[in-house]
Amino acid sequence: MAKRVAIVGTGQTFHKSHRPDVNGQELINEAVQRALADADLTMKDINAILIGNMDHFEGINYVDCWSVDGSGGVMKPVLKITTGGTTGASLAIGGYHMVGSGMFEKVLIIGWEKNSESDTTGAITTAFDPIWDRQVFAGAISGLAAEAQAYMARYGATERDGARVSVRDRRHAMNNPHAQLRKEVSLEDVLASPMLADPIHLLDVCPRSDGACAVIMASEDSAEKICPVPDWIWGTSAHNTYSYLGDVDWGRLTSMDLCAREIFKKAGIREPRKELDVIEMYQPYSFAGLIWIEDMGIVGHGEAPQYIWDGNTDMGGELPVNPSGGVIACNPIGATGLIRCAEAAMQVMGKAEARQVPDVHFAVSTGFGGCMWTNMLLHGKKKPN
Amino acid sequence: MDRAAIIGVGMTKIEANKNRETFADMTWEAVNKALNDAGMSIDDIDNVITTSSDFWDGRTISLMAVGDVSGAAAKNISCVEGDGTYGAFYGMMRCLSGSYKTTLVTGHTKGSESVSSLITNSAFDPIYERGLGMDMITACAMQANAYMHRTGLKPEDMAMVSVKNHGNAFRNPVAQLPMKITVDDVLRSEMIADPLHKLDCSPVSDGCCAVIIANETVAAKFRQKPVWVRGLSFCTDSFFFGDRDLARSSALAEAARNAYRMAGIKDPKKEIDVVEIYDAFTYQELLWLEEMGLAEYGKAAGQLQAGAFNMDGSLPVNPSGGLLAGHPVIAAGLYRIAEIVLQLRGDAGAHQVRKAKTGLAHGVNGLCGQSHCVWVLDRER
Repeated sequence: MAKRVAIVGTGQTFHKSHRPDVNGQELINEAVQRALADADLTMKDINAILIGNMDHFEGINYVDCWSVDGSGGVMKPVLKITTGGTTGASLAIGGYHMVGSGMFEKVLIIGWEKNSESDTTGAITTAFDPIWDRQVFAGAISGLAAEAQAYMARYGATERDGARVSVRDRRHAMNNPHAQLRKEVSLEDVLASPMLADPIHLLDVCPRSDGACAVIMASEDSAEKICPVPDWIWGTSAHNTYSYLGDVDWGRLTSMDLCAREIFKKAGIREPRKELDVIEMYQPYSFAGLIWIEDMGIVGHGEAPQYIWDGNTDMGGELPVNPSGGVIACNPIGATGLIRCAEAAMQVMGKAEARQVPDVHFAVSTGFGGCMWTNMLLHGKKKPN
Repeated sequence: MDRAAIIGVGMTKIEANKNRETFADMTWEAVNKALNDAGMSIDDIDNVITTSSDFWDGRTISLMAVGDVSGAAAKNISCVEGDGTYGAFYGMMRCLSGSYKTTLVTGHTKGSESVSSLITNSAFDPIYERGLGMDMITACAMQANAYMHRTGLKPEDMAMVSVKNHGNAFRNPVAQLPMKITVDDVLRSEMIADPLHKLDCSPVSDGCCAVIIANETVAAKFRQKPVWVRGLSFCTDSFFFGDRDLARSSALAEAARNAYRMAGIKDPKKEIDVVEIYDAFTYQELLWLEEMGLAEYGKAAGQLQAGAFNMDGSLPVNPSGGLLAGHPVIAAGLYRIAEIVLQLRGDAGAHQVRKAKTGLAHGVNGLCGQSHCVWVLDRER
């Protein structure tokens, strides 16, 4: 019989643009120690470790093997998952299956990245097909700019609509001591910042960061003993809809739509806008904050700008999005999806401190990457049926 | 805990250079072979795990190259980076966690497009070790020396592994390097890194393997005889060689113990009928057998000489020819699983061993076997 699975502890580094004071193992260890302390567990209690990052950022092969002095993996099962930008969320999903299968009672999940050691765009560019895509359309920002342009053309959205999302997330980041960029900006600041790839301005987009995140999952046999209010995982989904440039319905995120439908159906959620209490979205640039909540089914196509202008996704609004400040405030890529998961878990567990949304029963966290891929987890306070 | 079974396998022929095929082409072939073997269509598969490496593929997000051809367009998919046995381990757990019933697991490598020395050099510590020029072969030469020093093993003892495995490969249609050679041929082959001669080393290879794993509730629904997963485990040792006893492998001993315990195996020497083992270098077959409790430490070479590990011996080891006869790196452990499945079903053709009820498949991650994955499979539930 499959086991129900909960998050019982989380830990993060204080993410920065550059951490020359630590090597990769030490960075990982900071997050691991904080997660163990949060769950009041020691390494002896951990039955297996799941770790991930994007290889070509640090240039370290077999990271699962190399990292054991930081992860605590010596003489334990250590597994590596790598799926690009979605890695952090793929790790969370992997931990869910490892525990849910009954093979491992308590699993330590680690996502990390030292982007300061990388040529980020150079490394991302090699993700694309070497013959068909790489020469004409590659890197992170070009695809996002194409998506934003298509959305604006299809639905009449403006650069100001995008900037409003950036203003929101950067304000939210003021409440999160772990965020890298903690500076409030105005709409005018965003629109006046340098244009990187039309319509994306510098302040519309995420930074690159050094950081690590660790999450501990346990089965229903021990979760409530470890933690008074565990964060139960209600469902997971992953859709990799992009292999080639032509696979995308530009202006829509098909993978988000597939994940949301799959998870909400499984959990019996009919009106996500009303039934969800908070969303931590892997939203690497502002326009995604418009497009992707439509694909998640929160509002209809083209309706996101008005919904966001009305303050519904701000702290205190109907459905706060990214109370942590999200990816626009920090992006250690291999950790980023797992940070979303940890932040959603903290909201459910009531541990989100200054960024706590009151009375969270259901939260969604997502991962994005691979160019237009989505991973999603549904978190709940109540134990799933 | 539910049980899981392997209900289909597909392997491409392992070749030195499949220069007319992309990663996707190789994967398409292996996936379709596995589906045909299982009597399934892609619609019967409800999730996919690819096993690939951004380093070996020279491509960030390497699974992007094979998602489509694994039929994952509208299915849940993820990617384990490491040996195929680890990808299959995750694939199996996904069949048991209540979310899915059938997982398609793939693993591919094109060694022909890779520079093994640079790629394995990147697995060393960037500050302390890489500058020494270390790579997998030089590291394993150190391990071979440590093992020889500890046990008194001779180069001619190791060479017997090469003679046996290249010989076995004649009966395996997917093997890359069937060779009729003698111990002298091995010892006279080029010295790559003392004490490893060229014929002590596995070749550079291209290949893809796919296996289909099912939850017990659906395992009998399809045409193929299920092969049951009886026990499995993996374990990772220290990273720095100075922190390890390089002449031993405590991680493998631990992984094997846990797999046997889960399988209810008390005396592996008697209860395991056939083994497919990760013999990237000749000495490794002997060392790994010993650490798995299938021979006493330092005694495997004697048993090999007595014929115990031959096709018709008391414990056939690598009847397929093993990695020495073809080593598509990431897929190599998945080939081991697929080979054991064929043996236990009685479908191994010319390289079928006589008695095959319980089999062991083995995979390795990292340098000099830092991490090991052990699968005990059984014909009977």
